[in-house]
Amino acid sequence: MKFGIVVFPGSNCDRDVAYVTRDLLQQPTRMVWHEDSDLSDIDIVVVPGGFSYGDYLRCGAIAQFSPAMRSVHEHAQQGKPVMGICNGFQVLTEMKLLPGALVRNRDLHFICDRVSLRVEQADSIFTQQYTKGQTISLPIAHGEGSYYADADTLASLEDRQQILFRYCDPQGSVSPQSNPNGSLENIAGICNRGGNVLGMMPHPERASDPLLGSTDGLTLFESVLKTALALV
Amino acid sequence: MTTVLPTQAEIAAAGLKPGEYEEIVRRLGRQPNRAELGMFGVMWSEHCCYKNSRPLLKQFPTSGDRILVGPGENAGVVDMGNGIRLAFKIESHNHPSAVEPFQGAATGVGGILRDIFTMGARPIAVLNSLRFGALDSVRTRQIFNGVVAGIAHYGNCFGVPTVGGEVYFDPAYAGNPLVNVMAIGLMETPEIVKSGAAGVGNPVLYVGSTTGRDGMGGASFASAELSDQSEADRPAVQVGDPFLEKSLVEACLEAFKTGAVVAAQDMGAAGLTCSTAEMAANGGVGIELDLDKVPVRESGMVPYEYLLSESQERMLFVAQAGREQQLIEIFQRWGLQAVVAGTVIADPIVRILFQGAIAAEIPATALSDNTPVYPRQVISPPAYAQTAWAWTEAELPPASAEGIADQSWNQVVLTLLGTPTIASKRWIYRQYDHQVQNNTVLLPGEADAAVVRLRSQINPDAAGANSGVAATVDCNARYVYLNPYEGAIAAVAEAARNLSCVGADPIAVTDNLNFGSPENPIGYWQLAEACRGLAEACRAFATPVTGGNVSLYNETLDSQGNPQPIYPTPVVGMVGLVPDLSQVCGQGWRSVGDRIYLLGLPTEQTGQETGQETGQGTVTLGGSEYLKEIHQTVAGQPPQTELALELKVQAACRYGIRRGWVRSAHDCSEGGLAIALAEACISGQKGATVQLTTGNQRGDTVLFGEGGARIILSVALADSADWESYCSQQLSGHWQRLGEVSETDLTIRAGEPLETRVHLSVAEMAHRWSSAIENAIAR
Repeated sequence: MKFGIVVFPGSNCDRDVAYVTRDLLQQPTRMVWHEDSDLSDIDIVVVPGGFSYGDYLRCGAIAQFSPAMRSVHEHAQQGKPVMGICNGFQVLTEMKLLPGALVRNRDLHFICDRVSLRVEQADSIFTQQYTKGQTISLPIAHGEGSYYADADTLASLEDRQQILFRYCDPQGSVSPQSNPNGSLENIAGICNRGGNVLGMMPHPERASDPLLGSTDGLTLFESVLKTALALV
Repeated sequence: MTTVLPTQAEIAAAGLKPGEYEEIVRRLGRQPNRAELGMFGVMWSEHCCYKNSRPLLKQFPTSGDRILVGPGENAGVVDMGNGIRLAFKIESHNHPSAVEPFQGAATGVGGILRDIFTMGARPIAVLNSLRFGALDSVRTRQIFNGVVAGIAHYGNCFGVPTVGGEVYFDPAYAGNPLVNVMAIGLMETPEIVKSGAAGVGNPVLYVGSTTGRDGMGGASFASAELSDQSEADRPAVQVGDPFLEKSLVEACLEAFKTGAVVAAQDMGAAGLTCSTAEMAANGGVGIELDLDKVPVRESGMVPYEYLLSESQERMLFVAQAGREQQLIEIFQRWGLQAVVAGTVIADPIVRILFQGAIAAEIPATALSDNTPVYPRQVISPPAYAQTAWAWTEAELPPASAEGIADQSWNQVVLTLLGTPTIASKRWIYRQYDHQVQNNTVLLPGEADAAVVRLRSQINPDAAGANSGVAATVDCNARYVYLNPYEGAIAAVAEAARNLSCVGADPIAVTDNLNFGSPENPIGYWQLAEACRGLAEACRAFATPVTGGNVSLYNETLDSQGNPQPIYPTPVVGMVGLVPDLSQVCGQGWRSVGDRIYLLGLPTEQTGQETGQETGQGTVTLGGSEYLKEIHQTVAGQPPQTELALELKVQAACRYGIRRGWVRSAHDCSEGGLAIALAEACISGQKGATVQLTTGNQRGDTVLFGEGGARIILSVALADSADWESYCSQQLSGHWQRLGEVSETDLTIRAGEPLETRVHLSVAEMAHRWSSAIENAIAR
């Protein structure tokens, strides 16, 4: 399976993702420059964290117009997997591949920390190696990670089982106290209706290397890899 | 050439003294024009030419087996083995941060990152050393908030992890905060990129951002006292664009790898003036630069403004003739400016062209090499120090087994844990992305030093992926204020001790000398004595100084014009090598039942009375956090460092970690033994039960005395026999067993017979320690 990682000039987690897919999982991995529109060789697209074009206007607002992201849109329309992490999630909501928006954190500060997450669905291609209700810990690092959507959208996400991760406490309980950034309904990660596009604020690639203490995030990459391999 | 002569006021405004102006006229053989005067003004500022500190810096050790590049380049470079080369340096941005905290701190980060990647290294970690006034002042809280947000903004967006640092709060910094940033980078190019221009006829490339009027004369501004009027100098503070810098690092590293870049210099202090002069002088050639070619962000600028602009994210390259287009294309792909703006010439002069005429023409060495130097007389210890040294512990109220005055020892421990200087810095480092790049092995707050894996992002198969760099920044400035020589030694010793506590061998130092005015005899005494101490200690630890930064005139003039200097603050940034990342150590207890040991001066010995004469180490309340916070007293002799004992203790700690015996290690610093134990409890979320032998000392000296090369560590019961037998051989008389790790409470018993002095739940201590800064700024 070939991973393609979109690189904007301000991406800064692109190499971290490549380290996981290429070095830890031993999968072919290509960095896709933002001006490059050819994704024909790519199976799984990752839109990584960072500050795409500086994000001075609004996170991800400019990135959606890049040639690479137009191709990512087609890639998603064809039902192929797309993963947006942190800034990548912001970009995917800007281009409406995912519903809702990410706004400034509740306390207006950037937050870098480790948070507990409850896996809400384990039949998604991105989470099938987890168990439903499992509590995992992943790093977060964002200033604009508070998930917002209108009531109808939230209800629809719930009904269609598109909410994949929620912020919780280490015991798995979802509460206002376990919400680091003010996200509505503690939402940390969602997928689209088709189930092939993922957006999440936490960084699974930062919890993939045993040397750094946690592999809770590697499971996510293994999940999507296993599904993709099964489809071949 | 324009020949309008400068007025006396203009000479003073350029930061030059009358004698310096006469020297400029002598060197040029004529009067300088305004642009030239401005160039001399910034190049002869302390910030750029070290005219007061140079004679003192000479005594630092600067060479060693691992030193590849020492002082004089953009950053030092050390050999970490397995072909891994590390560039690192510290730099201050104090005055800009006082006036415009957010941009001042942000561009401080930007400037030091450029220093690193100008050498061909990719930044892999940032640390910072910060000093603020007391948090009960509204202005201090604004500065504090702004500085932290500025560091976060720049570092997070650039994508370099901010992995460690130190923060102190003291009224001495109320008007003049300190913002020192240290950056570390991993060399990516085969050759280390230097700054000396070479090859007559080679093109000089201007790359990066455009030039505007921002940051005019920042170097001169940084080399003068702050006053009530400094707000009006806000144009001297630059505005940073971390996104542009992120593009710049990628473009620069790509450009260097083509082999077409002969030399590179970032435009930091004094902008175009400094970069052209230094590149020319370092290469023994000249540079002709045409300002009309320089990309600008505003119109109507005059040469003076071009030359003194400190617009950020700009660099100057000398390229191989004929290959400039290849370089220009790389920069354009990253959306950056890149133009040929000049040529290397044989005459060793800096010639600036503007609108077809010569706007300035100065011998390069006159600007940057043979700069003025002011050796000064060092006075004998001034009255303030002598008065402070006369203080003894006998001046304190009597201490009982229960406490002192109306406070119990429990209350004292909680009060100290709640002082912002000792309290958790989580509120700060939580705003810094400390994990980007996927190499952060020990997180902030987990250990005495940061540890980052040395893995090339570009070439993952490169050797040495299992080794790491440990880094720390340290300085207890109150010690330095009380005794600059001893305080400076203590700073180096603490840095080395912090590295040893994570299992790293100290390798090299970068220093940031933050002092008041050297023209004041007391200020110069502090600077001279501190430099003497730094030199001696760096020699003892075999950690050469590879460069750094000097920031003088850290004083605020109050409305009456009286200078209020900061505490002299020589910040020591030190890097160390972790040969095997599976053998690192945090500061928190690991398992209930593990044995707790103290290395260094034992608890029944202080040596305060004899130490000064014999050169032995001391443990004392002099200069301690306890004395300041509980008794509102800043006095005494600070702890005296016994270098031989430090070396022995630190080596034993590292050996114990590498053998896998030592499971946690934490040095005793502010707050002494009791606070170090409390911190190990909080960090490990476990308790401790310890017994202290006290001899005939006061109870507070035993609990809160500082100094003594001390490290507390824990060892699993199964390994304790091996560990103790090793200690008996190596550390005779300088180790003792204190007790063991327990479930939920810290219990300290002392005296004969043993009585409980401190008994607190870890939860209560953690609450006080965790919430202090958040509560202080929420007011």
